[in-house]
Formats: sequence, structure tokens, C-alpha cells
Amino acid sequence: MTIEEQNKKNKFIDPDLEKRDVLSPDGEVIHIDPMKDYFCDARPTVHDPENKVVEKFLNWCRSNSLWVLGFGTGCGSMEIPPLMTSRFDANRFGVQMRPTPRQSSVFIISGYLAVKTLKRAIRSYEQMQDPKYLIALGSCTINGGMYYDSYNTINRLDYYLPVDVYIAGCMPRPEALLAGFNKLKERIKAGRAEGANEYAEKFDWYKANQKKIIKDWNMPDYNW
Amino acid sequence: MMEQILQDISKQFEITDIVKKRDNLNFITCKKEQTISLITYLRDIKGFSHFVLLSVVDWIEDGVFQLVYFLNNPEKKIDIGIRTMISRDNATMTSAHHLWEQIATYQRELKEMYGIDFPGSPRVDESFILEGWDDIPPMRREFDTKKYSEETFFPREGRETNDPEEYMKKKLYPDEEK
Repeated sequence: MTIEEQNKKNKFIDPDLEKRDVLSPDGEVIHIDPMKDYFCDARPTVHDPENKVVEKFLNWCRSNSLWVLGFGTGCGSMEIPPLMTSRFDANRFGVQMRPTPRQSSVFIISGYLAVKTLKRAIRSYEQMQDPKYLIALGSCTINGGMYYDSYNTINRLDYYLPVDVYIAGCMPRPEALLAGFNKLKERIKAGRAEGANEYAEKFDWYKANQKKIIKDWNMPDYNW
Repeated sequence: MMEQILQDISKQFEITDIVKKRDNLNFITCKKEQTISLITYLRDIKGFSHFVLLSVVDWIEDGVFQLVYFLNNPEKKIDIGIRTMISRDNATMTSAHHLWEQIATYQRELKEMYGIDFPGSPRVDESFILEGWDDIPPMRREFDTKKYSEETFFPREGRETNDPEEYMKKKLYPDEEK
């Protein structure tokens, strides 16, 4: 099969990610497959600490510096600005916002997720460094909320990404978010916030669910 | 002013219906073949230079889509809506993207959400909001969104419910006859 035929076969692929041959200045032909070359598609592995005492201390450290990815979906993204500003001031709890997935350890799914957004959310989640935690905010992430019959929004988040803490409500106030952060801290300190490990363990099940609804899958299975 | 415009239109085009909503807002219904020339006439000669929106109503009982082109005359401060009926099966309409560029975006959306084709409109076949949609267009009324959601999105089972009176009777007085 030639490269053009392979590219045509996957009609959803981004033009930048198509396989191509490039001629180097020396006249050598270089094969480029961006899906393999630009991404690391190794599967996630379960993190199993050897020293439990050190791990307990590390968990305490992690719980006191939660860095949140600034990724807003749905109505809940409007709760984040008051949370971070002077009235509720989440910095008191060691919570602060970060602009990229590489720097953050907490991912807030703040409300309904359209299938289109879910694709981006999965990609952002996988790019985050371990240890990582996921907070599901609002009813929509639990059972679909008021969008339970929408053709375009998912019903249960826990089928696609591992959830550590749910915050119910439509919409939860920033106080509820703070309570959720405290709950997450307790769980981390107790060593029970194991979402990332769960994702690694049940990786095939999560991927099957994700691919069932994302029909134009054009990214590596795991990219980071 | 509005009456004068409506009279002029009626002389030149086959108008089947005129609905007056306000002094400065009228809806006129015309034939599918004449719609684009009517819009061109209104834009170039009658000063309706502002295109507001292109919308559609799905009359599934009559088997038609009703397209509404909404135009505004900024100088005289009057609005006009041009309605036209097109068949639901093989829904096709002449493209109007040469009149206002932004119509192409509306037409792209209608293609995706209702399956109305506008041949020749720029990028009309590309996906607009939905990515990789492979069912019938979701805004058509025969599309059962609840059924689709239940089949696709792993719905959470509801809680068990009990009739409170029966439940408490059973719990408190299990020996009592009903």
C-alpha cells in the first residue's frame, strides 16, 4: 500500500499528521510518520511505590500543592474565576491554576462534555504527569444531568476517564469546589486517590469506551 | 414604505403569502425557484443590504422544510423575512453564498444539522460542529435523540423507587392484613 493510499484510508487524519517522504539536503529520502515520531505511544504503567513511608510523606506533599489545569468545559468553567479570586481565594488551600497539562496534577471536568470536547479532555489528561487526579464537577459528569438525552454530550464520565472526586450540583458553588478539594486532599493523604493507576490497569476497557463514541479517532492510543 | 415595497415585489414575483407582524416586519412566502432572484432584487434595488440570518423550520407533517432568509434595510429600519418551502426528501436549495459571504457558514450548518444540500457552497461538505457523525442529521425531527443517547452514552441506571405508603406499611406492620 502506498503512502497516499494509507492516508486516504484514514479520512479523518489531520494533514499535519499524514505520513510523508522528505528529501534531505544530501538527497536522502527520509520517511516521516508523525503519529509515531511526534508522540510517545507507550501504554501507561501502574505506579507501585516501594517504600510506603516515603510514599506517605510524598502524598502529604502532593496534597498540599494541587496544581489545576486551566481547562474549562461547560458551565462549570465559570465557577473557577471566583474560586481563584479574592472572595474564595483557593490559594489558601495550596490550589493554583496552571496553563499546560505538563505542569498540572489536577484536572477539573467542569460540567457537560460534548463528544468533541471529550477527545481534547482525554488528550490533556494523558499528557499530564503522574500522579494526577481528576475532579468531576456537576451533575452532568455523573449521569448526564439536564443533558441526559442529548445526542452530543456524554452521560457518565467514569466510563471514559477515572474520577477521584465527584462534586454534585447544578452548578456547584465555589464553596462546594473547595469542599471537593479538601476531600481530594484527604483521599490523597490516605493514599486512596488512585485514578491514574486505575486508568493504567483498565486501559483497554477505557480505550474501548472512548473509541466507541469518538468515531473520528485520529490520535495515538496513548500520547504524552 | 413597506406597502410600496410589497406591491413592487408582488408585481414581479409569485408571492403566495404575506404575513404582517409589525409595521416594519413582514414575512413573505415565495416559490423555491424565485427565492434567490427575489433576495437579489431586495438587496440591490430595495436597499436590504444587511443579511441577518438563514434559518429552517422542519414541518415533518407536511414533508417540507421551511427556509427563512431574514434581511434588514438599515436606512429605512425595516425587516423582511423570505420564506420558501423545499421538499424534505433529497432536500436541496440553490446556494446564496455569492450574495453575502457569511451565508456559506449558515449553509454548512444546515447541511450538517438538517441534511439540506447547497451545491457549490464553499466547504459545505466538511464537518462543521460534529466530528465524525455517521447517523442521520441530528436536528431533523425524525431523529430520536433520547434513544440515540441511551444506546450510545452508557446511561446510569436510576435508583430503586418505592411507593412510600406501601413501603412503610410493610416495614412497620408486617403482620397486618392488607
